Amino acid sequence: MKYLSIIFLLVLSGSAYAAGVSPQFANPEQQEAYETLTSELRCLVCQNQTIADSNAELAADLRRQVYEMLQQGKSKQDIAQFMTDRYGDFVLYNPPFKLKTGVLWLGPVAFLLIGLVVVFLFVRRKKAESTMHAHAEHGNENAEKLAKIRSLLEKGDPS
Amino acid sequence: MLKYILPLVLFSVLAVFLALGLNLHPSEIPSPLIGKPAPAFSAPKLQATARDDGSVAIDREPMRTPEEKLSTADLKGKVWLFNVWASWCASCRSEHPILNQLARQKAAIIVGLNYKDEPEAALGWLAQLGNPYDVSIMDQDGRIGIDWGVYGVPETFIIDKQGVVRYKHTGPVTPDDVQQVFLPLITTLQAEN
Repeated sequence: MKYLSIIFLLVLSGSAYAAGVSPQFANPEQQEAYETLTSELRCLVCQNQTIADSNAELAADLRRQVYEMLQQGKSKQDIAQFMTDRYGDFVLYNPPFKLKTGVLWLGPVAFLLIGLVVVFLFVRRKKAESTMHAHAEHGNENAEKLAKIRSLLEKGDPS
Repeated sequence: MLKYILPLVLFSVLAVFLALGLNLHPSEIPSPLIGKPAPAFSAPKLQATARDDGSVAIDREPMRTPEEKLSTADLKGKVWLFNVWASWCASCRSEHPILNQLARQKAAIIVGLNYKDEPEAALGWLAQLGNPYDVSIMDQDGRIGIDWGVYGVPETFIIDKQGVVRYKHTGPVTPDDVQQVFLPLITTLQAEN
């Protein structure tokens, strides 16, 4: 039983490791470039994973492509350009800022501004309402007090 | 009054966005290749060659003679369809009869890209279901696929006489696609110089 479970765990660990295996590089800079690139490129079959995370065949092919291009001495920019020439900006998890992607970048800021304006207007209205209310209440109280004083003055203190 | 209209307006806006969202196809990524020259390839044809001893072999190795290869230069001056397919691909099976029918109309040359497939299985598939391709080329390691930005099979490109990619279709081709998009576009492209 113990052996079985060990075998079972070993089998599992193999599949978990598969996507994460990183090939050998001559220098740490290339290794680093490889890791950055594969974690910034989208796997197009499984769309919400990077090619570093994905076990899909296309992701493996793209990792191989990145590896080979690095071995040929290509820069990170060259490789990112190679990928966008073929798959479009969508392949980049960090898309460049341009007219087409403007909504993507500015959308959240716009929504934040709309939210802030709404909150500001709401708070201001509430505040105005409550001060008006307070004024009105005070006014009533004062009027009552005045009337009481007047009646006391006119009739004299009964005590 | 505003108190009653505002929720209705918000609901309508939300409903419009959701309705638009339902009709989006996030899995269809626009190809940056449209309007650009078709990525060049020179690849072995998918074919069985007769050996001297009478047996039939499928060549996997880089081809020895130019006749056993097809390159983009060979297709200059012709309007061609480039259809990415594989025998392991289920939706290719559903589009296959439509390609067969399109091939019979002889509107344009149909070139197949047999993507990451076993040549034996691919040839068996064509023998069983019919062969709509004027020629298929082999891309066993998927490199031509990467050059063409292939991310899902099947995909179909239409290339004009100048060798420029004019259209890309992702996913299985339907009879409607053929009638409404493919054939009109091919007719226009055939009329160009």
